[in-house]
Amino acid sequence: MIDSIYGAIALGLLYALMALGVYMTFRILNFPDLTVDGSFATGGGIAAVMITHGYHPALATLAAFAGGILAGMCTGLLHTKGKVNGLLAGILMMIALHSINLRIMGKPNVSIVNVDTLISPIVKPVGLFILVAGIGVLIVKLLLDVFLHTDTGLALRATGDNERMIRSFGANTDRTKILGVSLSNGLVAVSGALIAQQGGFADVTMGVGMIVIGLASVIIGEAIFGARSVFFATLAVVLGSIIYRIVVALALRVELLKASDLKLVTALIVIVALVVPYVRRVLKQRSVARKRSAELLSTAMPGKGGRS
Amino acid sequence: MLNLINATKLFNPGTPDEKIALINANLNIKPGDFITVIGSNGAGKSTLMNLISGVLKPDIGQVVVEGTEIQSMPEHKRSRWIGRVFQDPMAGTAPTMTIEENLTMAYKRGKPRGLAWGATAAKRKLFREQLSRIGIGLEDRMSAKVGLLSGGERQALSLLMATFTRPQILLLDEHTAALDPARAELITRLTQEIVREMNLTTLMVTHNMEQAIRLGNRLIMMDQGRIILDIPEERKSSLTVSQLLGEFERISGHQLSDDRIVLG
Ligand SMILES: Nc1ncnc2c1ncn2[C@@H]1O[C@H](COP(=O)(O)OP(=O)(O)OP(=O)(O)O)[C@@H](O)[C@H]1O
Ligand SMILES: [Mg+2]
Repeated sequence: MIDSIYGAIALGLLYALMALGVYMTFRILNFPDLTVDGSFATGGGIAAVMITHGYHPALATLAAFAGGILAGMCTGLLHTKGKVNGLLAGILMMIALHSINLRIMGKPNVSIVNVDTLISPIVKPVGLFILVAGIGVLIVKLLLDVFLHTDTGLALRATGDNERMIRSFGANTDRTKILGVSLSNGLVAVSGALIAQQGGFADVTMGVGMIVIGLASVIIGEAIFGARSVFFATLAVVLGSIIYRIVVALALRVELLKASDLKLVTALIVIVALVVPYVRRVLKQRSVARKRSAELLSTAMPGKGGRS
Repeated sequence: MLNLINATKLFNPGTPDEKIALINANLNIKPGDFITVIGSNGAGKSTLMNLISGVLKPDIGQVVVEGTEIQSMPEHKRSRWIGRVFQDPMAGTAPTMTIEENLTMAYKRGKPRGLAWGATAAKRKLFREQLSRIGIGLEDRMSAKVGLLSGGERQALSLLMATFTRPQILLLDEHTAALDPARAELITRLTQEIVREMNLTTLMVTHNMEQAIRLGNRLIMMDQGRIILDIPEERKSSLTVSQLLGEFERISGHQLSDDRIVLG
């Protein structure tokens, strides 16, 4: 029981980078980028192939980062320069990446057991793993926080917040979008590379459903820890990813659920998280409207004059 | 300093919905001009502003700034010269970002953006000074998110953001129209002060006739995509609202119909 929770925390940390990537597109850029399902496997594939060819795992992970950036750049270009709808641009890249990933890997599954990886030196006591991975993720999170407070980072955030405004202050919003989507997919690919090294294999299907898992992590984190500022929002995303993995680990221990039910459960979490705030808002508005109407009727107040 | 030459803009050309938004418009804005713009709904006032700022490109005609043709230059590049405040108080600021972050972005108008820290202590000090100039207490709320501000406060902030870096041209498109009368008056007063102090070349669309006469040194009148009258300072100073409306009717052949019109 305790072991499975420690294992879940460890996994959650590795997936946290993917969740940070999803946070960048969905929350910061307000761009629902579905490239993630493809670029996660791209990262895993590049890392696995390079490691089996004897390259240093750090270099392999760096190459995965570059591969993810390239994939994101294609989606960004499609959307901004090609004027393709954002969702469609992501789906097109996701499908295209499936073939590209098979080309990279040469076969649907590449095994990397019994070789040195970034994970292998720290894998033994799970406490050490959590410590090292935790520090690593924290560093990435802090770098991202700093970036989002630079002039370029501010322009990127404003692009998702009020595109018209930041364009009137001279930012090229095509460029900020491409930059954001690229960086996001770079993070996703690194996460894929680490998961491949942790699991001992890369598989072309390893990214399926990643976008929903990332979104679930973002939503869970924000719901529990809030998102007052960038610093707390990214922290919430990391913690959300860990909590998601703990929930999954616990759910699997309940005999009712099979591993194959996970995607359904994840989708349900996201659906609930999206629908509940909306329903709550509607209900609240309705009750406020009722109360105000009742007040107005009881005081029989004359209507307030409109503007001239 | 800014010339609009034979500028024409159609919407939905060649379809049953074809609309002539601006036709053969010529305008010569001199440095230091403060021009108020009035006209009926759909006269093409916003289109005129959008051609200057680059939101729209003219179908025919040129936009010339200090001798350079800029009609095909993208909007974000033109913002080097142009400061803008929109009608919608939500449009000019980023709501989930703080006041100081918004000012930091405005501070970088038209300059390259790199990886330097945005809201540095030096800049924050400058912003505090600037904010205290507009006198509504925003200098004490610099780390508050802009989404929490009222419409009037946001519009005051937008005005400051558009002007404190001294744009060559300031474009104001009915920037007080969405505010209640008291707030509108505050923003109008601020506009007047800022434009005068910084000697900004300004184009201001307004639906308030009294204001159109009182502010600025030139008044232009638009109707059905045309600039029908350009009143210079000498005549403007002695003009009354009823004379202005009469003039409009005489030239255009119909009454000025503006659903937001305020006579003053
Ligand atoms: N994007 C658009 N597509 C189609 N028609 C448009 C578009 N924008 C403006 N128009 C039309 O062009 C004409 C000029 O519009 P414009 O917005 O410049 O008028 P305006 O003088 O600013 O009016 P208002 O006082 O209502 O703000 C109007 O008839 C308008 O309906
Ligand atoms: Mg208009």
